Formats: sequence, structure tokens, C-alpha cells
Amino acid sequence: MNPTGAPGDLTQATHTRGGIGESTLRPDGRLKVTGEFAYSSDMWHEDMLWGHTLRSTVAHAAIRAVDITEALAVPGVHAVLTWDDLPTAVKCYGLEIQDTPVLAHGKVRHHGEPVALVAADHPETARRAAAKIRVDYAELPVITDEASATAPGAVLVHEGRTDHHAAHVPHPNIVHRQPIVRGDAAAAAERAEVIVRGEYVFGMQDQAFLGPESGLAIPCDDGGVELYIATQWLHSDLAQIAPVLGLPEEKVRMTLSGVGGAFGGREDLSMQIHACLLALRTGRPVKMVYNRFESFFGHVHRHPARLAYEHGATRDGRLTHVRARIVLDGGAYASSSPAVVGNAASLAVGPYAVDAVDIEALALYTNNPPCGAMRGFGAVQACFAYEAQMDRVAARLGLDPVEFRRLNAMEQGTLMPTGQRVDSPAPVAELLRRVRARPLPPERQWETAGGDADIRALPGGLSNTTHGEGVVRGVGYAVGIKNVGFSEGFDDYSTARVRMEAVNGTPVATVHTAMAEVGQGGVTVHAQIARTELGIAQVVIQPADTRVGSAGGTSASRQTYVTGGAVKHACEQIREQVLERGRRRFGSYHPAWATAELLLEDGKVVTETGEALASLADVLGDEAIETEVEWRHRPTQPLDRITGQGDGHVQYSFAAHRAVVEVDVELGLVKVVELACAQDVGKALNPLSVTGQIQGGTTQGLGVAVMEEILVDPVTAKVRNPSFTDYLIPTILDTPAIPVDMLELADQHAPYGLRGGGEAPTLSSTPAVLAAIRDATGLELNRTPVRPEHLTGTAGS
Amino acid sequence: MDFLRPASWEDALAAKAAHPDAVPIAGGTDVMVEINFDHRRPEYLMDLGRIGELSDWEVGADTVRLGASVPYARIMEHLRAELPGLALAAHTVASPQIRNRGGVGGNLGTASPAGDAHPALLAAGAEIEAVSVRGSRRIPVDAFYTGVKRNALAPDELIRAVHIARADGPQQFSKVGTRNAMVIAVCAFALALHPHSRTVRTGIGSAAPTPLRAGPAEDFLNAALDEEGLWESRRAVTPSIARQFAQLAAASCNPIDDVRGPAQYRRHAVAVMARRTLTWTWEAYRAERSPRCV
Repeated sequence: MNPTGAPGDLTQATHTRGGIGESTLRPDGRLKVTGEFAYSSDMWHEDMLWGHTLRSTVAHAAIRAVDITEALAVPGVHAVLTWDDLPTAVKCYGLEIQDTPVLAHGKVRHHGEPVALVAADHPETARRAAAKIRVDYAELPVITDEASATAPGAVLVHEGRTDHHAAHVPHPNIVHRQPIVRGDAAAAAERAEVIVRGEYVFGMQDQAFLGPESGLAIPCDDGGVELYIATQWLHSDLAQIAPVLGLPEEKVRMTLSGVGGAFGGREDLSMQIHACLLALRTGRPVKMVYNRFESFFGHVHRHPARLAYEHGATRDGRLTHVRARIVLDGGAYASSSPAVVGNAASLAVGPYAVDAVDIEALALYTNNPPCGAMRGFGAVQACFAYEAQMDRVAARLGLDPVEFRRLNAMEQGTLMPTGQRVDSPAPVAELLRRVRARPLPPERQWETAGGDADIRALPGGLSNTTHGEGVVRGVGYAVGIKNVGFSEGFDDYSTARVRMEAVNGTPVATVHTAMAEVGQGGVTVHAQIARTELGIAQVVIQPADTRVGSAGGTSASRQTYVTGGAVKHACEQIREQVLERGRRRFGSYHPAWATAELLLEDGKVVTETGEALASLADVLGDEAIETEVEWRHRPTQPLDRITGQGDGHVQYSFAAHRAVVEVDVELGLVKVVELACAQDVGKALNPLSVTGQIQGGTTQGLGVAVMEEILVDPVTAKVRNPSFTDYLIPTILDTPAIPVDMLELADQHAPYGLRGGGEAPTLSSTPAVLAAIRDATGLELNRTPVRPEHLTGTAGS
Repeated sequence: MDFLRPASWEDALAAKAAHPDAVPIAGGTDVMVEINFDHRRPEYLMDLGRIGELSDWEVGADTVRLGASVPYARIMEHLRAELPGLALAAHTVASPQIRNRGGVGGNLGTASPAGDAHPALLAAGAEIEAVSVRGSRRIPVDAFYTGVKRNALAPDELIRAVHIARADGPQQFSKVGTRNAMVIAVCAFALALHPHSRTVRTGIGSAAPTPLRAGPAEDFLNAALDEEGLWESRRAVTPSIARQFAQLAAASCNPIDDVRGPAQYRRHAVAVMARRTLTWTWEAYRAERSPRCV
């Protein structure tokens, strides 16, 4: 029996052609805006129990004892599990390094680490029982930053490391370190006529997806388990879950349930193994749902970073060299820190042509909350710093900041710091030109026709802090570069299964992939691809599950490229088979079958000149055509450990922003009035969807410019604001007009020429807003987010 | 946890007398958050939702009697003329959904220094109608806040209504948050001109353990307006008066550093808001064509 809220087929038919390039609407859009869409937290199963996680109340401590006696005695409790109950020798998991215990053992390494699990017949019962578990902690000194991590005699967050980075890191509290050296930075520095050094701090951002971690595990008669789960990558989860459960992968059957946003925060496991363990132990379906408070502890965050930069330039405005040192705080567990390091290092210079670079990026192990993937993935922190530097160098040279950027902008053919040649369009200068060419919003835009102030258009908004007093406008620019797809030699592929058949005389394609729809619109785009390739109107998108091969993660701006590419390739194979069958069945009726280039259009096989040869329904008859393909993008190479050289990335994505802000310089409050974006997307498969991605990414970048930050106590390493009361994300009143200028310069290596677009706007949005605030205030502002006290010199001691 | 559902005000008072620990709940926008996050687990919860009169208000000659449960949305909609400061404050409370549920009684019951209604009540002048089976009394708002999240209610008392002076002059409310809507106050300031009594009253939020009036600032300003004859002449308040008023308002603060902002910023922001709200209200007073007659 399927549980309530299990996903179903999404059938999509359009009146237009509904192919690529059209803004067809999401098949689940209406359900979502009317509140009828079933998210994973809405799932329900008869007889189900509720799981609850007991988490550590301290950041770093030895566990002397865990006593579950009282919890087990609570009526309604069906199971209480600790490390001792894990069924196999595999007790840890992790995306790249398996350093994360399923439940803490021996010690806890961060505030909120899972220690024990409870299953009960009511969520409140489970919560109360968990509160009766006694954990005896002996607190250890906390590692919170680079100094404490690498100090002589520092406690090791992970002792006895054997992972593949352990041998090359300078200290066991460093997860991974990647240098990138090209040209002779020292010699270039001698030539430089201006040198600008700066140190920058990037705060810890949360993905803040609205649907908290949740899922439903159902034990099966064969000893296996079904897991309905909101995730970004079913097969990556599967590979981590099955060994811990001691089950072969085919006995862990996973189905993607409704995902309420992700942004990287669902790349790591949260409650997946926990729910399965409880279900297998109790023999009952188990549902787990985090509340917002727990969600802040239930997923990794964006790495906070400290970045030190040196830029050199000649008087005529040419960069001579860049030196950079980027220290990312990976927190207590590795998560995707190594890959984030690779990105931060290889993209550290930004979209500029620089011959001499000397870069070092590293991620620390600390007792702070674990950090990992978030939209922009290492490139975000670097962009904030290098764009601040570009403005400062321009100012020192007396050059206009946009002009200085254009003088140094990379283009197709430019060599990256890794030595990789950029082999598709890189319209960096053009993107900047476009955002600058836009007319500015009118001055004093808050004034109404009657001469009053519309406070919603002013800093402070509804809080009524100014009617125009103290308000100064600022304008700032930024541009960024993001890689698309998995890098550094990772075998990045996706699987698509497509079937075409005639149903009641209508040709229908069914697309089955394991792609996680997390809101990005893959379910829309796959149908568009099938329509374009197969010339049909009706497409069924099946739920994503593990009955089909891996689609890779919904991350790295890669799904339209890679799973879209797989769907396209599968459709092409179907088309060939359709034509072959057509030739077999009808070839003798018309000579064009043998000679002409044939197309599938409007449900028919047609010649190039549009002459119809047969209907698809007739060609198909009552026999479906089905195929499954695995599709890969061009391979990438690992980066050299010492020099960082290598063709590490498959594609680059560029966006530029112009921010217009009004700052109340007396109160330090900011209203972002407009964030204009220009982005090259190669080919917009669905322009409406791409616009949504650009506006969403822009807004997420705005968030970390002016408000979003997880505050971690520097003494206790405990999270201080795990709630939406004190972790603020932009409301609609904080979200400016975001005009979007989309370029479509094809990348000949990519399906349809498309360029992954979901992340690039998150990069440049933040530094553009910061630049605009600097423009308004004249302040240096070397950290983000910027808070009112930073703008008013009242941060205290 | 037991759930009490008195059908009438008298039943509610009796229940509160029988269970002084019972936590009253109306809109639930404070209490339910505390319960859901397990910050508090009262033995008794007393739902006041069946007592219709708590959602009524009455506009009298000099005061508005505002039922404890009148939602902020109603105040914004219906009492903007009579209670302009409170209406402005109401507009800054949380989200539209919360403003449809929450009311001033809850703000007073919780007595958080960050409650948005407090500065407006302090500036306007208000009395809290506290009732128990023992009888009814009116607590001046100045004496109501006794400590962090503590108030002057006796354990058996419930808030029935708030009696707020009808505006006889311009009022303003201003609040700093790090977001442009739906945000808890970093600090807040309210100011009300009372031309009839030739006085100015103020209220400060989130900048001390309790909401409070900026007493020395009021005294200074009242004296300055009087000495210069500004109530009569309706001339502008000089920048130096405004500046000193602002400094004195900041000096009344006793803020802390917390996740929402540092103490030093709070003091600074209160000064800025004091100066601005004084300017706005005084300019509005000056713009009135003739002295108001009542």
C-alpha cells in the first residue's frame, strides 16, 4: 500500500508545441500555490510511528555514558537506539569522507549532533522520551577557527584520519588544502604599479529551505525498507544508507517525495538512516519531521570564510597578479568541504584574465556546525572578496570600476588560473555593459505623487524609521564566474529511461529518471525536451526513484545539462527506432522514407519540406518503444595537488549585477531598490523558469549581504539563532525589482548550447549590494552580512 | 497539560483563582511558540477564545477601552484616528496572519521588552484593567512592567482591557529591525504630543529590561517647549532642543548586547528615532491650521 502523499505521475499536455524555449508552466505549480501539493512532511501511513532525534547540547565533549532506561519506560515508546544498536560494522557515512557517525560515539564534535533516536506512537511522546535520555558529557576545549585548529597541541577533531586527503594536509585539523600556482606572482608583483591588499570575512549562511527535513520509512516483508524522502540525490543517499543498514542496495527502495527547496542543504543525509533504523527495528512505518529549530542543526550550512587578497595592477589598469588565501570553516565533519575548497581555489580570481596567480584555499575541521554545499559552492565567498578588491584597485587607479573590470575581463580562449582554456563564450564585458546601460530607478523613488513618503520603499520599510531623512543612494557592480557540473575528474553522468507508445491513438512519451525535483523545474524541462525531440504533445513524468539509474545530484547547476542531456539522448534513440520501424512498416509506400532526412512533428513523421509520411500512432502500433541511456558530459581532470593545474571544470557560467540601494546612514538600515542582472544562459530551455532561478539566486545573495547569518558563539561554539525569529531571510519588502537580461550564446559542447544557470546569480548579487552600500556610505565594509552597527560605527567592543 | 475553556468572563476569573498558574491564551502567537518549542510547559492552559467581549472596543470621550484580545489588524483598520501611535506599532507586528490573531493583552501578559505595543501605550498614556475574583483595578502602564517578562499582575488576575487615552495630537512609532517587514524589534521608540496638557510622552522598547518612558528627555522637552512658548507659537523645535532630547532619550536606555544587536547600536538608534519622531510629530502639530477644539 502506498502511503498518503506519495508522489504520482505528472502528466503534461500543452496546446502549444510546448518544446524547448517556451515558458511552459510547471506541472506541479497549481498544486503548490493552492497548498495541495504533498511535501515529504505531509506523508502519512497507517500504523506509523514518529521518530525523534536526541541531539547534543554541547559542541565538543567526551560521552561518558548514555542511559536510555527512563526513555524506554515511557508508555508509547517503541524503540530507543544509540550507537550500540547500529546493525553492522559500517557506522559512519559521508559524501566524500565517511567521517560522520550515524549516532555519536565516544564524543560529540558539534552542537546539535545526533546522539540517540526514539520511535513512539506520537511525536510529542517521542520528544518527551528523548528528553529522559541521560547523556553524561565531559566537555572538551572547542576548536573554533584557524588559530585554535592549528595551535600547538590543539585537540584533533578527528583522530587517526585515513581519508585520501589526510596525507597531503599540513595539519590533521585541515580537511583539504588546494594551492593554485601559475606564472610568477613574485616577479609580477615587482612590475605592479599599484598593490591593494584586503582581508574579508564571509558569515555563515543557511539554505533556509522552507520544507524541513522529513521522510517516511516503511519496512518490507523481504527485510528491506522503502524510504520516501526529500533529497537532492537519491543514489548518493542510497550508497550511504545501505551499508549502515547492512542491506544490499536493491533492498533499500527510495522514492523522492515532495521537496520544499534544497539549495545544497539536502546533499548530505539528515534523517534518512535514522528513520530506516527505527522502521527496521520496530517493524512499523516511521515518519520523521524536523521542526525549524532542529532543521538548523539537521543540515550543513554555507562555509563561513576568511579571505586575504593581494591584487597588483599597472597604471593603465591591467592586473599583474593576484595572491589569495581562503580559509573555509568546514565545521565538525567533512561533508563536501574538499570539493568546496577546489571551487574556491580554482575560481578565486574571478572572471578575469590574470597571468600570475598564487592561491591557497583550505577547509578546517572545527567544532562549529558542519558546513558543506550551498548554491554557489565556494565560488560565492571568493566572489565577495575579489569583487571588493576590484573596486578598491579601480579606486586606487582612479578608474571607473566597470571600466577596470572590462579591461581585465576574461573572454573565450582565456586561460584560467588552473591553466584550463575557456572554450565557450565568456561574455563578461558584455554582461557588465548591459547592466550598466540600464536606466537607473528614479531618485527619491519613495515619494508618492502627493509628495508623501511611501515607507515601504524606504530603508526600515514598515517599521517607519525614516521618511527620507538620512537616506543616501549608492550604486555598485559585480560579476562572477561559477563552474557547472561536477568537477575535478568526477564521473558525472545521468540516466534516463524513455518510452513512447500510442495510447488511444495518441503518441505519449513517458520519462523516468531519478532526478530530484527540488523546485528547479526539471519536471517541466524534461517534458519540453521530449516534445521537441519526439514531436508529440503528451508527456508523462514518472516519480523519481531508485528503480532507474542515478541522475546525479540536483546541484552544481547541472541537472538541465546532464539529466536534460540524458533525456535528450534517450529521445534521439527513440526517434531513430521510430523511424526504423516506420521504414520497415511503411517504407514501400513513399520514397522519402529511404532518402529524406525525416523529422517527428505534431505527432507525425514528416519530411524536411513538411510532407507527412505517417502518424506516429500508426508507426508505433501497439508496441511501445523504450530505451535507457547513461549520458556523460566531457570528462574533467583532477587538479594537481601542488600547482592546481588541470582542466578541472566542464563549463563556466557568468552573471553580472548592478545594485541600487538606499541607505539610511544614520540608522544603518538598507533598502535594496533594484538588482539588475545580466546572465548568459547559453540557451533558455524555459525562459520563465530561468528568470525564476536568476531572481531567486539574486535574492539569496541579497540575503547574505544584509541579514542572513548563523551566529555561533565563539567561546562555546553553540548556535545562537536557530530560528526564523533571529535568522532573517528577505521578505517580499526586502526583495527589489530584479530586471533580467538573458543572453543566449551557445556552448557548442552542451545539449542545445545551454549553460547551467542556477548558481551564478547568487555570486555577484552579494558583492554588488556591498559595493552599492560602500558607495552610499564611504565605508570599507570587509565583512558580509553587513549589519546596522557596521554602518553606524556602533558595533561595540 | 490541562486545557481550561471558560465560557464567560466570570468563569475565567474563577478558573484563574482556582489555578493561579494557568496561562491564559487568546491569539496564541506568543504562548504557542513557547509551548511548541518546549520552552514552557504550563500545567494549565486557559483559552479565552470563548469570551467575546475581550475582542470588543469602545471609543469614549477621552479614552478608548480596548478589549485585551482585539487583534492588531482591527486596531490598524478601525482605530487609526483615535490611537495613531498604537496603530503604527500594530502595523509593524510580525506578519498579516499574526496580526489577525495577536492582541495587546498578549503583549502585556508576556511583557517582553520587545513587545511592539508597549512604547505606544507608554507614550499615549494607558491603564491596564486587571481583574480577579477579588475585584478590579487599573494599573497605570508606567507601573505595569516590573522586570524582564514580568508584570504587575497578581497570580489570580487577568487582563480584561486596556484604557488608552485618545490622541489629542500627533503620535509616532518607529522601530528598528534588520529586515524591512516581519521583524522583532532591535529597539523601538514612540512619541505622543498631548497639546491639551501641553506635554510630550515617550516610550522605549527593547533597550532596557522593561519597556520604559524616557523620563528625563520628556522633562527636558516639556520644559523647553514651555519656555520657548512653542505650543502656542507653533514654531519649529530648534535642532539643539531636538538633539538634546535625543541624547537624553538614549541615556534612559539600559540595553544589552544580544543576537539582534549591540547595546551601543541600540542607544544610538533610540537617539535617532527620538529626534525623528519628535520632528515628525511637531511638524504635524505645526501643520494643523488652528488649535484643535474638543
